[in-house]
Amino acid sequence: MRLINVRPDRGTALVLAILPFALVILAYVLGSAERLALNPDDKLLPSFGTIGDAIVKMAFTADNRTGDYLLWSDTAASLGRLLAALAISTAVALVVGVLIGMLPAVRAFLAPFVGMVSMVPPLALLPILFIVMGLGEESKIALIAIGITPFLIRDLAMRVEELPHEQLIKAQTMGASSWLIALRVVLPQIAPRLMDALRLSLGPAFLFLIAAEAIASDSGLGYRIFLVRRYLAMDVILPYVAWITLLAVLMDFALVKARRLIFPWFGAAK
Amino acid sequence: MTAISVRHLWKEYGDQIVLEDICLDFAPRSFVALVGPSGCGKTTFLRILLSQEHATRGEVLIDGRPIAPEPDADRGVVFQRYSVFPHLTVLGNVLLAAELAEAPLSGRLFGARRRQAEEEARALIAEVGLKGAEDKYPAALSGGMQQRLALAQAIMRKPKILLLDEPFGALDPGIRADIHVLMKALWNACEMSVVMVTHDLREAFTLATRIIAFERRRNRPEEAARYGATVAKDIEVWPKRIAGTRNPATGVGGSPDTPHSPGRDDPATSSGTGRDDPALKTA
Repeated sequence: MRLINVRPDRGTALVLAILPFALVILAYVLGSAERLALNPDDKLLPSFGTIGDAIVKMAFTADNRTGDYLLWSDTAASLGRLLAALAISTAVALVVGVLIGMLPAVRAFLAPFVGMVSMVPPLALLPILFIVMGLGEESKIALIAIGITPFLIRDLAMRVEELPHEQLIKAQTMGASSWLIALRVVLPQIAPRLMDALRLSLGPAFLFLIAAEAIASDSGLGYRIFLVRRYLAMDVILPYVAWITLLAVLMDFALVKARRLIFPWFGAAK
Repeated sequence: MTAISVRHLWKEYGDQIVLEDICLDFAPRSFVALVGPSGCGKTTFLRILLSQEHATRGEVLIDGRPIAPEPDADRGVVFQRYSVFPHLTVLGNVLLAAELAEAPLSGRLFGARRRQAEEEARALIAEVGLKGAEDKYPAALSGGMQQRLALAQAIMRKPKILLLDEPFGALDPGIRADIHVLMKALWNACEMSVVMVTHDLREAFTLATRIIAFERRRNRPEEAARYGATVAKDIEVWPKRIAGTRNPATGVGGSPDTPHSPGRDDPATSSGTGRDDPALKTA
């Protein structure tokens, strides 16, 4: 039988899906045990026990100095920045993207500019943001927004242009103005595609978040892992990285679920 | 009552002449089928009637006035694909026509007016045979049902002219015969002229009152670009079909309650007593 025709059944598929995770964990456990056997004070690959202690310390014990539960206060600070930036980016991208996609005049006016801006490496702008906006929240939110907005705008504009031309003609023959076409034909069809674009931009958004926090911050998940790096505190860094990953996965999952719930027609119509 | 008149219409794309000096007059309430080989410009002609494209020279008049430069509510359209909105249910698709017309700001109707429009929409949906599917999304409908929906949506706005661009081309023959019955019924019931592009001659003769064949008279490679398509045949279908009336000669033709007029290749149906049949006449 050809390989392209070999399909795993559900049980096999589940096992196959779990296997890479299990292998990584196994490799870690073996490596950690070997290093700890040679040197019980090794910090590079701490045992799961040590990591567990660190999680309890970070998540369930109040910090001596501030009285905060650090994992949660870091998470709140980071997610606040991330969501603020995502909200700003989405709003800007929706307006500009739909305008570029729908109106040839706006496309001629803005599309080359947005295309150029999207090629500016956002991290190269970070010093400028720090100089102009200071080291507070604004500069971090601005970095994330600048990082993902051009991508969202271009993606949305392309999705709008991809809508079958027949639909726009049809709407006109039903007497719709440009505004009504945007409101009743384009926006509802773009919204689920926007959610997909947002999912794709979650990765870059987290990248810019961690980068901004690493360079200048006094709270946040990125700030914490770069802070404890000085003490080789792998027992804190590893669970933080896992936690950041989990947050991103959950947001991705939530966006998929929400899209299916709000736009039931979308999956079938694609 | 809408007459369409096309005066010396030319359409060129760069050096390529597509349509050459087309002159046509369509009577009010006619059902015109445009036929011809692929690439002969019949769809281009339809798009010009729709104002989706513009004539290079010449003009199109509707009731003596030049057509609007962009698509408007006077001219409804059904395309072969993508005619319905995938994000709206069947009811939503038909209702949209009323909403777009009456709510220029919000695009939505509320309260009593909405209920009234919804009633109209439901009646129309039932008329095109989609009763029971009001809450389905188009993706859950078959191709034939989607085209029925597209027809209902186009008719909801009561266009003066309905333009059809190979609307039934992708349907299988059985479904197509059913939708032909519907198409005839709608043409009889609604105050509109119909212009249909099709590559199916049988369909053209089944439905239309008049058949226009476009053809390029010169097709040799070196001259193809400089000679566009012209009207090669202009056939009035006999016996005459008149919208809203039953045709006395055959008992078929117009009215919605007669399921089929025979296609060109079908066995002839008994036409009852004919005028050239004196024996029967006296009997």
